[in-house]
Amino acid sequence: MTVASKDTAPPAPPTALEWVRKNFFSNWINALLTILGATVVYFALVSLATWAIKTADWSPITAAPLLFLVGQYPREELWRVGASTLMVTFLLGMSWGVWKRYLRPFAIFLAILMGLLAIFPLETPTITLPIRVFMLINPVLIFLGYRLGRSRRVPSRVVAILWLVVLLLIPLVILPGFTGSSLLPQVPTSVWGGLLITLLLSVGGILISFPFGVLLALGRRSSLPVVKWFSIFFIEVVRGVPLVTILFMFSVILALFLPTESRIDRVIRALMGIVFFSAAYTAENVRGGLQAIPPGQVEAAKALGLKNVHITSLIVLPQALRLVIPTTVGQFISLFKDTTLVYIVGINDLLGMGNAVLKLRPEFVRLQMEVYLFIALIFWIFSYFMSYASLQLEKALGVGER
Amino acid sequence: MVGDETMRRKIPLWRDERVLKGVAQVISSLVILGALYWLIDNFIAITQQRGMPLTYGFLDEAAGFPIKESFIPYDSTMTFGRAVLVGLINTLVVSAAGIVFATVLGFVVGLMRLSTNWLISHIALAFIEFHRNIPLLVLLFLWYFGVFTKLPAVKDSIAIPGFIYINQRGFYLTWPHLAEGGVLFAATLVAGIILAVLAWSVLRHIREVRGKETYFGQISLAVLVLVPLIGWFVSGGKPVLLDAPVLKGFNFQGGLRLTTEFTALLIGLAMYTSAFIAEVIRSGIQAVRKGQIEAARAVGLRYSQILSLIIVPQALRVIIPPLISQYLNLTKNSSLALVIGYQELFAIGKVTINQAGRAVPVFILIMATYLAISLLTSVVLNIYNKRVQFIER
Repeated sequence: MTVASKDTAPPAPPTALEWVRKNFFSNWINALLTILGATVVYFALVSLATWAIKTADWSPITAAPLLFLVGQYPREELWRVGASTLMVTFLLGMSWGVWKRYLRPFAIFLAILMGLLAIFPLETPTITLPIRVFMLINPVLIFLGYRLGRSRRVPSRVVAILWLVVLLLIPLVILPGFTGSSLLPQVPTSVWGGLLITLLLSVGGILISFPFGVLLALGRRSSLPVVKWFSIFFIEVVRGVPLVTILFMFSVILALFLPTESRIDRVIRALMGIVFFSAAYTAENVRGGLQAIPPGQVEAAKALGLKNVHITSLIVLPQALRLVIPTTVGQFISLFKDTTLVYIVGINDLLGMGNAVLKLRPEFVRLQMEVYLFIALIFWIFSYFMSYASLQLEKALGVGER
Repeated sequence: MVGDETMRRKIPLWRDERVLKGVAQVISSLVILGALYWLIDNFIAITQQRGMPLTYGFLDEAAGFPIKESFIPYDSTMTFGRAVLVGLINTLVVSAAGIVFATVLGFVVGLMRLSTNWLISHIALAFIEFHRNIPLLVLLFLWYFGVFTKLPAVKDSIAIPGFIYINQRGFYLTWPHLAEGGVLFAATLVAGIILAVLAWSVLRHIREVRGKETYFGQISLAVLVLVPLIGWFVSGGKPVLLDAPVLKGFNFQGGLRLTTEFTALLIGLAMYTSAFIAEVIRSGIQAVRKGQIEAARAVGLRYSQILSLIIVPQALRVIIPPLISQYLNLTKNSSLALVIGYQELFAIGKVTINQAGRAVPVFILIMATYLAISLLTSVVLNIYNKRVQFIER
């Protein structure tokens, strides 16, 4: 054992001054760029801040926050949306406890946001005391869920099943209700709106389109010509046209191909369009993963005597799906953003409600910048946390390292 | 041999893979055909009831609706066919322009992202994250209603005098147009480009084969400049005139006018797509291994040579396939123009459906047109892609 000489010792960590010099002023071009960039950023931030605080008029948002969140959902039935939210936040807290790092930033962010909204002195008649209390319960539930999840008393499989149950219960039972029921009277989807419908369409679209996408990807590699060519035809046609045309197909054209007496709900038709579109893209992503599995895996499984179904479900798919996590989450983010297109076929999603709020009062008409920026911010937050979770998942599964 | 025979006979029918596959084929065909039959049967019943047959004769009838913006002559007395063509051209124009801007901006942002300067690379990051996490539709609303409808009136135009005037009615740019002898000049310009490309490839080939310096770069540059220059003088020295917009009465005359709808769509689409292209460029350049560059340096190549011979060809292989799909996305996304009133293919299709009352034929026409654009673009770009990819042995 020799003592490490000075030459082989690791370099000392750079001091702050060295870091600044290396990153900002390594040569004169860099120095120039830094000064130029700093000036641009400074003026951009200052003008943005002055606009947001002094010039901008945020009254459309403070006047009708509930419209943005739930649309025209009857105010006397609002407790149903509230109860759904509480279930979701509690599960979110539990998932944070069980799967730690993926959801931590989002859960903490949501808890803080809800807590702030509860005590925020907003002068608006729509934010009543019950709503403030409700806002305050959410962070408490997130925290309680976290404690429960962390205690390891609930296995992660149970949490996953709970999610599935809740996500089926909310859009199928709690929100629509039943005709003639006194506890849960029927609320037609035509009055659902705002962030509520954006989230329902996104979650529904993701959950339904994913299995279809996997089936299509398997179909495309099937040895049965009929299945294979049908899958190729479907995938290529759907990927070759814009989403608007597909939504339009389901909202207008589909009715001409169904028996005249049948009526499919407007929101369901939009969801069908989103699923149709997303399945084709998911299929192509999954196919990429399937192609990356070396043929030796399948041959080895065959040699062991596994059935085709088992080879696919136990050997090929688990490996292939892990490979495509990043692209699939990317696809989910774009699905989430693409739900705004349902506004074009007349559904009042978050964007649609924004436009409705602009027409609410004559003095709101010219405040488009404020309203659209607010909507953009909401979308940005959700997409950002989705890509964050994906990045963590990628690291945990070691994609690209095996 | 005999053993083989007995083996084959022993497999029961429900275990025989060929039989199973045959049965699966028949079942899946029946399901698909049955569903199709059901849909078409319903369709025929409904069309007979309402009297709107699946024919395209109506395309020759007068459209009867105006289109705000058209690159070919159109008025409302012309046919539905003509209107759809106007929409197609509008889609193609905004897509082509969008692709050019998005590529240039995407390259710049992608390179900024790779900068060693922390500030520059994080400005690029902010740009990318902003655009990738917000729906394009919201961005288009922001641009059109948030910015473009709030532009000043004509008399208060934002201006760089003599070059560009921006107001509520659009962008007015100074634009060159051909004057007397302009055709001759344009011809020499085209000829110059073709000759320069020819000279480049022939001389470069000679250099590669003979190993002798042929100065292909300098010679083709000279051709590129000299040939149009001759054309310039032959055509009398003023083949191209700059047409500047001038305020006459309540509006600007002359120059090139871009409507606010077109410009908002172009800016929104190009900036949104450029964020994605920037990521494509960045990953492409990062995919070139460091050893390649170090080896090139060790061999003694100059920096420009390393860039053009080592980095760019290898990065292109990674960049081109996702770049193709971004271009296609941009073209398909141009259909969102509907919401801000730029009338492209889908918007005009929708009006046509209302006017002609033939939902299905028009819809099939629009879908087929988008499919044709997508397929053509991907075929052309895939041919190019094949040329730059590795030839694996």
